[in-house]
Amino acid sequence: MSTSETPAQVLSGITDALASQRLRVIDLSQTLSPRFPQIVLPPEFDQCAPFRMEEISRYDERGPAWYWNNISFGEHTGTHFDAPIHWITGRHLPNGATDALPPQSFIAPACVVDCSAQAAENPDFLLTVDRLRAWEVRHGRIPAGSWLLMRTDWSKRTDPVAYQNFDETGQHTPGPDVAAVEFLVHERGVLGFGSETIGTDAGQAAHFRPPYPCHAIMHGNGRLGLQCLCNLDLLPPTRAIVIAAPLKILNGSGSPVRAIALVEG
Amino acid sequence: MTDALKRPHLRNPILPLRLPTLPPAARSRAALGLSAAIAEGRFDLQTCHDCGQVQYPPRDACANCLSVRLTWKPVSGRGELISETLLHHSNELYYRERVPLRLGLVRLAEGVTMLTHLHGDCPKANADAPPPVRVRAHLDKAGQATLIALPATDTPNMADDRMLREMTSDPKFRKVLVTDGKSATGQALVKAFVDAGADIVWAGVAEPWKQPPGFDAIAKLPKVTIVPLELTDGRSVEELAGSIGGKVDILVNNAEFHRNHGIADRRGVESARAEMDINYFGLMRLAQSFGPALRARAAEGSVPATAWVNILSIYALSALPGQGTFSASKAAAFSLSQTLRAEMRSAGIRVVNVFPGPIDDEWNQLVPPPKLAPAALAKSVVKALQDGVEDIYPGDVAQDLFAKWRESAKVLEREMWDQ
Repeated sequence: MSTSETPAQVLSGITDALASQRLRVIDLSQTLSPRFPQIVLPPEFDQCAPFRMEEISRYDERGPAWYWNNISFGEHTGTHFDAPIHWITGRHLPNGATDALPPQSFIAPACVVDCSAQAAENPDFLLTVDRLRAWEVRHGRIPAGSWLLMRTDWSKRTDPVAYQNFDETGQHTPGPDVAAVEFLVHERGVLGFGSETIGTDAGQAAHFRPPYPCHAIMHGNGRLGLQCLCNLDLLPPTRAIVIAAPLKILNGSGSPVRAIALVEG
Repeated sequence: MTDALKRPHLRNPILPLRLPTLPPAARSRAALGLSAAIAEGRFDLQTCHDCGQVQYPPRDACANCLSVRLTWKPVSGRGELISETLLHHSNELYYRERVPLRLGLVRLAEGVTMLTHLHGDCPKANADAPPPVRVRAHLDKAGQATLIALPATDTPNMADDRMLREMTSDPKFRKVLVTDGKSATGQALVKAFVDAGADIVWAGVAEPWKQPPGFDAIAKLPKVTIVPLELTDGRSVEELAGSIGGKVDILVNNAEFHRNHGIADRRGVESARAEMDINYFGLMRLAQSFGPALRARAAEGSVPATAWVNILSIYALSALPGQGTFSASKAAAFSLSQTLRAEMRSAGIRVVNVFPGPIDDEWNQLVPPPKLAPAALAKSVVKALQDGVEDIYPGDVAQDLFAKWRESAKVLEREMWDQ
């Protein structure tokens, strides 16, 4: 699409491209299921509720012609979106809640950094600035306002025990190190960070300085998070467009999302 | 001597299932006092406050002096067998299936004479030299008082007597589901049921990514099978019932969520909701998924489905303010269990409620001793099933608080303020 196209031509160009599959839609969301594991905090803290569903009726005496469920979940359940007010560092930012965020931030380009080989070898693998710079050498500078998605193929761990990957020292899952988060926020101006694991931070990030950098630094600077993503292996390193709109929850700190990506067919 | 119970044959699947029947259940209000005492593991008879005469059967006024001041007091059960008969016919469906019945007249040391079932090992009655026997009071399948005379001293395989087994729920050769196999109480219960000769012990596991110490060893015990079970997820409960619901003979619900929070001194309801979701709604989900099949199989073969055990808490009766939300969830579960008991009664499935005091686990770290060891809890559960008791209060704290609660719930409520 050239800059000479009118907005109407751009929009119809997208629908045409979707219809002809020159643009494809990739589903980046896990199924919201009671089976999907939820984040675990130390037991002295209150916990995020897992996804649950209770039948209201199923064409029976509770409602003869209709089937429906009551569902319940925490804001940070399943494939979900983190708003800046999720973290204490972002609590005073304006428009930091799910209902106040500008909707434009729900559609953004994505840079996908493939760390799948490293994560397979080392569950505690950390994404570093060096690795990000090496990626930029091949794919160009990370544009401001884009998602940085860390591909680890962690979503392929369908066994919840392997997905959580706990031992007696806690969780072992990959994530960014402190310097990489600082770099992405202050030197590249990303929109946010997305991961396939249960948090944007590494499993051992409680021991980092500062702890949980991908929450503390990202949200403290108004940036967003996406976690429990899947199908990142189907995305190109650049040029994918991610659409991830949280539910418009009043003063919400996050929300399950149906995240999708538009990619070249 | 009683023949040892044999491992039951596999059911012939083309024969109709034998449907549960109940012995006659109607009782006078006075007679219910006998059932109530038995439910708590006591053999009480009325004693006249004025003339001291012991009464049997229970009545409203003293048979000797017509005083209405009758109080329930424990009796020894020691007596002598003065006559016996073999009953070959009954119009009651329950007894028709079980004749011939050996029945006898026993004169208790307390002076009353009672008609009882006779254990197979009781010596022949002899009016001239009546042999000594021990009368046990039990709940029958209808949940009402019945009496059985045992030989004066224990005999081999005594618990395997056909009639006595109608009144008890011995785990031997039974298939048991322990809903949380991971917790301290769960690990102890699984082990206790294996030791008690259970045929299969299914150990439920929620959130399998959390592996507590000791669980590996429990999972490796013979007869133990690990099964996924999330009590907060109706589908998970249904799916397990779909897999093993038609085989469980004893269900032990020990799964619980336990925090140490009061009511007004902490913000939010989410921990309390989590407690209710497992401790109350979890029990309800289990009842809906496992209850019907358990009831249907209550007369199947020689070792039928028999019991449902709820691990509640003594704080279900009187709240411990420091564990206010936990107490409330257990009170809700207690109330639920009373309805469950009423619903299970139609099939003769016994609902056993266990009211322990503080258990010696990580959620009672700051509770001073005495605390109930998980192994002691497990032992008392197995014993309650073997003895056919309905409500148990294991441990010193539970015994003490229960006695105080019976005396005055209002006095105890005030005493709990400083616990």
